[in-house]
Amino acid sequence: MIAESGHYALVLALALALIQSTVPILGARWRDPALMNVARATALAQLLFVAASFAALAALYITSDFSVVNVYENSHSTKPLLYKITGVWGNHEGSMLLWVSILALFGGLVAAFGNNLPLSLRAYVLAVQGWIASAFYLFILITSNPFLRIASPPIEGRDLNPVLQDIGLAVHPPMLYLGYVGFSISFAFAVAALLEGRIDAAWARWVRPWTLVAWIFLTLGIAMGSYWAYYELGWGGWWFWDPVENASLMPWLAGTALLHSAVVMEKRNALKVWTILLSILTFSLSLLGTFLVRSGVLTSVHAFATDPTRGVFILLILCIFIGGSLSLYAWRASALKQGGLFAPISREGALVLNNLFLTAACATVFIGTLYPLALEVLTGDKISVGAPFFNLTFGPLFLPLMIAVPFGPLLAWKRGDLLGAAQRLTAAGIAALLAVAMLWAWTRGGNAFAPLAIGLAVFVIAGALTDLTERTGLFRVPFATATRRARGLPRATWGSAFAHAGVGVALIGIVCETTWNSEYIGSMRPDDVAKIAGYELKLGDVTQRKGPNFSEMLARFAVSHDGERLGDMTPSKRNFSARSSSTTEAALLTRGASQLYVSLGETTADGAIAVRIYHKPLVLLIWWGPILMALGGVLSLSDRRLRVGAPKPAKSLRGLQAAE
Amino acid sequence: MKQFRAFLLAIAMIAGSQPAHAVQPDEVMSDPARESRARELSRELRCMVCQNQSIDDSDAPLARDLRLLVRERIASGDSDAQVIDFLVARYGEFVLLKPRFNSRTLLLWLLPPLALAGGGLALWANMRRRSGSGAREDDSLLKLTADEEARVEALMSDNRPPEKPV
Repeated sequence: MIAESGHYALVLALALALIQSTVPILGARWRDPALMNVARATALAQLLFVAASFAALAALYITSDFSVVNVYENSHSTKPLLYKITGVWGNHEGSMLLWVSILALFGGLVAAFGNNLPLSLRAYVLAVQGWIASAFYLFILITSNPFLRIASPPIEGRDLNPVLQDIGLAVHPPMLYLGYVGFSISFAFAVAALLEGRIDAAWARWVRPWTLVAWIFLTLGIAMGSYWAYYELGWGGWWFWDPVENASLMPWLAGTALLHSAVVMEKRNALKVWTILLSILTFSLSLLGTFLVRSGVLTSVHAFATDPTRGVFILLILCIFIGGSLSLYAWRASALKQGGLFAPISREGALVLNNLFLTAACATVFIGTLYPLALEVLTGDKISVGAPFFNLTFGPLFLPLMIAVPFGPLLAWKRGDLLGAAQRLTAAGIAALLAVAMLWAWTRGGNAFAPLAIGLAVFVIAGALTDLTERTGLFRVPFATATRRARGLPRATWGSAFAHAGVGVALIGIVCETTWNSEYIGSMRPDDVAKIAGYELKLGDVTQRKGPNFSEMLARFAVSHDGERLGDMTPSKRNFSARSSSTTEAALLTRGASQLYVSLGETTADGAIAVRIYHKPLVLLIWWGPILMALGGVLSLSDRRLRVGAPKPAKSLRGLQAAE
Repeated sequence: MKQFRAFLLAIAMIAGSQPAHAVQPDEVMSDPARESRARELSRELRCMVCQNQSIDDSDAPLARDLRLLVRERIASGDSDAQVIDFLVARYGEFVLLKPRFNSRTLLLWLLPPLALAGGGLALWANMRRRSGSGAREDDSLLKLTADEEARVEALMSDNRPPEKPV
């Protein structure tokens, strides 16, 4: 029953989405408020039905109903409850259901909180959302139905892939999808603006918070995925330039560019046409990511060719939406008036430079990811494009951008003073040079590039601080005045300072981890001692233990540093009987921002165990950086400016009292 | 999104044998200089049965064979380039994670710098066109509009107390 209800709810959601994608547009054409308001009702109802459908699938997983193919293939009755729930989206069908649920969630949010939008704009935006939703409901119902039954239900399920039975998986895909799908809102706004043929600064003010929300989630989602790979996959890597990772990096780069160009549009009414194009591109890249990951084209072009239903369907969606929106853009964009002149050296100019480098970096990732596929389809030649290619091409695009980052916020709108900005950055520059000199002296004869890169990172962080001290007048005016001004600064200013500093922090982590990472590989027996970077790890006993759906071998290491005992580390190897596969659970010991990382290999016949130990200096900064960036995003989101027109608190207070 | 990579990794594990570990202790060469050369090379070579993993990272048995092969060649005195050539001759260009620059990969290597240069050129042309069509406007950039002047006037005449330490 539950499965059938879930299926039926999904069909109803499709019907609602079809209404949502047509009626409001007619309403906007005929200027009929009643028809335009249909958008709001259908968006909310659609959310309700998709949520019901998703809840149905979750219920099937929790009750381990193996008469449903999807549950049978991805669950097991002994699996812990948490992983039964997260297993819902640990597979193709379930994750597509999560995708549309989040799409409906965003649509519902626009419907619920879009009261301050012009009625026709809201109707258009929700209608465009309806188109996307309809396409993906059809995709799920036709090719990837999660509610299919098995004629003769088996007693036990096949279990979820053990690498995915982890708290990281519980949070990573929903975060990522909140980011991916969140960009559908800016896409819908862009298409709505093109359909209406009208766009102004107020439009940018509405788009910006939605873009920001999506960007925050995508930033956190990517960072979390990277940390998950770092501790779960067992060799301490955190970014592989894998096509699947690139699929999430491309929308992030385009989305970051979009955030910046939307600022110019909001403040100066310039870059309108470009902002529209970026909104379209960002969501197109999200769709492309979905296609790459979901169609199986990455595994091999041939796998795609042998079972093309799903892939061709998504490819079709991709072509219709990207092709359609770009054609609409080509047709209508010239109708949008350009406004807001500015000199090349100005805040606007700096933001344009930012957009140039970010889109070029995005294009690089795009080319590197798709070139091998295109070459194989066209000529049959197989080449690999991996980490060494991206390091060589992406790095040189990103580093100049970092030099420019501190200058941007210090330049004035319209026409800026580069020399003045440079003067105000003197302190930051000195800090950076000091950092380079100290590192050079300290590492003497080591890698020459690493100190320079860290100097650059220090420059970015100090530059962000300079922006804040300049605006508050700290060190120039009395402290009390400075704190008063600091409180009065727009939250968005704090936000951009945090986000920019976050980029610098992440860069320090990346450089330190890749340059001064030390590694120990060896066979160890109980009572053997491994020495690495001043740490001593003594292998104690090796024990066996039984978990809920796995058995594991635990090794206990006593860790000390310069004779001082620090504690135990217990890496393990887990064997999952249902899939007869195993995972390595690395042990991590955190000291400040640095980590010791131990993972186990095979046991040899004579009782020795292969051990890999890494010391990763300042590795945690790689993820603290994105957290800082996301925090900056949240601060910026709380800016008063973006809440203009939001319901007043007093009103809601009265509402609460009335309810009592 | 990493899960799909992990899927394949897991599939490779099941399809192969019991999971081995990337770079086993018994593979390590006795000469640290040679070993570090082998590691550097391993990072640029693809494990061909995996999805986008270097043989240095991979657990697959094939990756182990390739790592041993690389070390064997280094031990017999090959230079880095000779090792690469040997592997390409045996397994094709597919084994290289950083494709060589040739007619087939021309666009791959040239498009990123071209994207940047093209974008920069377009911007420059746009700027020129704008300032050319509106030389007057260029000067007027610094000028205030009547509206703005009125606002400045209002702000200046506003009697704000000078900032004093409290």
